[in-house]
Amino acid sequence: MTKKFFYFILILLSVANNILACDILNKKPNEEKIFVDSINNLLLPQNFTGTVVADGIGRARHIATTPNGGMYVKTSSLYKGKGIWYLKPNANGAMVPISGAGNFGGTGIAIKNGYLYASSDEEVFRYKLNENFEIISPDAPEKIVTGLLNRRQHENKSIALDNAGNIYVNIGAYSNSCQEKDRTLNSPGKMPCPILDSAGGIWMFKADKLNQTYGNGIRYATGLRNVVGLDWNTKTNTLFVMQHGRDQLSQNWPSFYDDKTSAELPSECMYELTKGANAGWPYIYYDHIQKKKILAPEYGGNGKKEGGKDAIDPVIGFPGHLAPNGLLFYTGTQFPEKYRNGAFIAFHGSWNRSPLPQKGYFVVFVPFKNGKPNGDWEVFADGFSGKAEITSTRQAIHRPCGLAMGPDGSLYVSDDNKGTIYKISYQKK
Amino acid sequence: MKKLGIMVLACCIIVAASITQTTATKVPQTGVGNAERGKKIYAKECLSCHQADGGGVPRLNPPLSESSWVVGDKKKIIQIVLNGMADRIPIDGEYYSNTMASHSKLTDQQIADVLTYVRTNFGNKASAVTAAEVKAVRTPKKKK
Repeated sequence: MTKKFFYFILILLSVANNILACDILNKKPNEEKIFVDSINNLLLPQNFTGTVVADGIGRARHIATTPNGGMYVKTSSLYKGKGIWYLKPNANGAMVPISGAGNFGGTGIAIKNGYLYASSDEEVFRYKLNENFEIISPDAPEKIVTGLLNRRQHENKSIALDNAGNIYVNIGAYSNSCQEKDRTLNSPGKMPCPILDSAGGIWMFKADKLNQTYGNGIRYATGLRNVVGLDWNTKTNTLFVMQHGRDQLSQNWPSFYDDKTSAELPSECMYELTKGANAGWPYIYYDHIQKKKILAPEYGGNGKKEGGKDAIDPVIGFPGHLAPNGLLFYTGTQFPEKYRNGAFIAFHGSWNRSPLPQKGYFVVFVPFKNGKPNGDWEVFADGFSGKAEITSTRQAIHRPCGLAMGPDGSLYVSDDNKGTIYKISYQKK
Repeated sequence: MKKLGIMVLACCIIVAASITQTTATKVPQTGVGNAERGKKIYAKECLSCHQADGGGVPRLNPPLSESSWVVGDKKKIIQIVLNGMADRIPIDGEYYSNTMASHSKLTDQQIADVLTYVRTNFGNKASAVTAAEVKAVRTPKKKK
């Protein structure tokens, strides 16, 4: 009786959660969503299952999988004295932490050409892997990039590598909107914004050269406030990034924005970058409702004036503040046809929608065809937060952060709140 | 026509100024902080970052509940409200990334009110802050 009642409540909660999320984000309810996992309350499309394969791995940020089924996890602070953890599957399918490396916290991790790349908030290192994809010398990494700015805000140095020997590193802006006084009521923007010479963009370095810094790399793209999720798209041969849009429109510019507008704007943008691209921060932001690039209030904008003639358009604008922390183009074959080459995005979940309820804490899917979105985005995996409504960010139990694809085509999602790793698989019934 | 416009504008400014003054004079400027008034200031000035329950945002904005800084030395938190905070120093063993803006535009009484609200809510049971205490921290800066 009590058990039945418990499940009834759980189903009720998850349905309420789904309806609520759909309503607020103006999305049609996805009828295919089913309740699959009573412990983790994950909502997934039909025939997908989600399981927890690891738990308590510190603050698990980005993850990278090995071709033989293992995984490397980068933690934002040290977990048991290490910032990189190697997980190996056991007979029951659980991922067990085997060994650690690196005395630095951080976000970025990637495997390329026999090396594991990992970043702190100032540097990028690499470790040579053996034939089993294990680190050969955990205490002797090669320092690839050093001396990158870390001024507290947007300090993560997320990384991605192309197939031509280059590594791309995010250097986030140490500011919200380049105001004279950061995050201050009616404080104007600095003109030109001096941050952009050494941050607020993506820098490109050689993947195999030691001790590079600003002088050795090039500013590949600018006008990006902060990028956490990024991925090299092997179909288009270009870098795709997810920008965290600016905060506090209504708090800093109450004469132009009310709290409701400020909760939805600006868009969290996906950009496709080519060398020299400018995404426009801090002078403009993207508004997915008006479908326009809008002049930032710090630079004379009022929520309507357009700007950014020299700035690229986003590939997609998502609702504001959802915090896209992971991006993965799906190159596997396990998932059905519609998922091939499409984009999965892990949203960490908002804080700056307040005083309205917070949103996000889910994984989204965008179908792609010929390198362009081919249809609307949809919530792929939901329920990580464990709550129907989040009114304060800390209420979210799990927060999606990193994404990786296993050799069998399963999708892994990391959570940096509880260090949980989820595995999402498809099985045709 | 232009002159009339300027005169109307000037009248508006005078009326607006007098309204501001009357509202300001309603609140005593030397009193003990009032949590009820402080709650309204919190909603306007603090809630977006520190959240409705004072829980903050993990690793971005520090919590005001279960915080040794909030219930500890009043001078320290008065200084933070007045000057904001951008230092990378741990609070109760945790680092937070976002900067906090200065709120020196608030009156001594408003700061006393909001800090009293914060120190007596979110599970905190610390003493009230007075406008005089805020003034004592603010004044040395003014003399410069």
